[in-house]
Amino acid sequence: MKAKIHVTLKPGVLDPQGKAVGHALQALGFGGLGEVRQGKYIEIDFAGSDAGAAKSQVDAMCRQLLANTVIENYEIEIEA
Amino acid sequence: MKSAVIVFPGSNRERDMVMALRAAFGVAPLEVWHTETDLPDTDLIVIPGGFSYGDYLRAGCMAAHSPVIGAVRDAAKRGVAVMGVCNGFQVLCEMGLLPGALMRNAGLKFICKDVHLCVENADSLFLGGYQAGDVMRVPVAHHDGNYFADADTLDRREGDGLVAVRYSDAAGNVTEAANPNGSQRNIAGIYNAARNVLGMMPHPEDAIEDLIGGTGGKALFDGVAAALAGAA
Repeated sequence: MKAKIHVTLKPGVLDPQGKAVGHALQALGFGGLGEVRQGKYIEIDFAGSDAGAAKSQVDAMCRQLLANTVIENYEIEIEA
Repeated sequence: MKSAVIVFPGSNRERDMVMALRAAFGVAPLEVWHTETDLPDTDLIVIPGGFSYGDYLRAGCMAAHSPVIGAVRDAAKRGVAVMGVCNGFQVLCEMGLLPGALMRNAGLKFICKDVHLCVENADSLFLGGYQAGDVMRVPVAHHDGNYFADADTLDRREGDGLVAVRYSDAAGNVTEAANPNGSQRNIAGIYNAARNVLGMMPHPEDAIEDLIGGTGGKALFDGVAAALAGAA
């Protein structure tokens, strides 16, 4: 099993890096862009097959370490 | 007067902090490696600047989960003075001892320059060498110093007098132009509710000698020494 975790800045938290990326994309000629937000992607391999148990474990990991919930949200996907 | 400086792999301002503490206290602090799980009795614990654990995941995040941190947290709860400077401020926020988070500078660049800080609340053993409204000139050197907390948290901090210092101009005016990194409400340093924990991004330990850029931070260390001597 594999856990796929996306950590993103909460809405309303200024993302200067995402903004700079957006400006660079515009400078390259990509048009019609709205806001660009940058985040992190983390993969964790798991032994076993209990997706529910894995998800609750990863949720605890996110709250304790992988995300800073003051400024970040996270989404977890478990892949068999 | 006993003090300890916590050293992580990637800390790089611990020697500056040791010099400043030795100059003010007359005795060198103990340097404690991050793998220790016990701390000797100390009056002051300092988490210095640097890039602990290479800033992996988030600045200060890994250090906030290192072996020594349990003892730091226990000491802070007992009322021992704990000060985090720069990376140390980031560690204290990641530990949850202070609210909020330090994000990438709004201008995205690493900033290394002198700034002015207006002392907002000197009523602590850290800033007893200053008075509210005093301005100190000290350097900053950071990439992730953009202080963020939600509006409610900020309002409560301000209402409870827990903002220690703000970025200002030389006259003490807290202006947008004086904000080097996009910090919410120009906040450069904050206390915990009991005011025995202080986190600040600028480096007072690098402003204690006229020979190398000024003495704007010296009163902080002399003030801590006086406060701790008075408490002993």
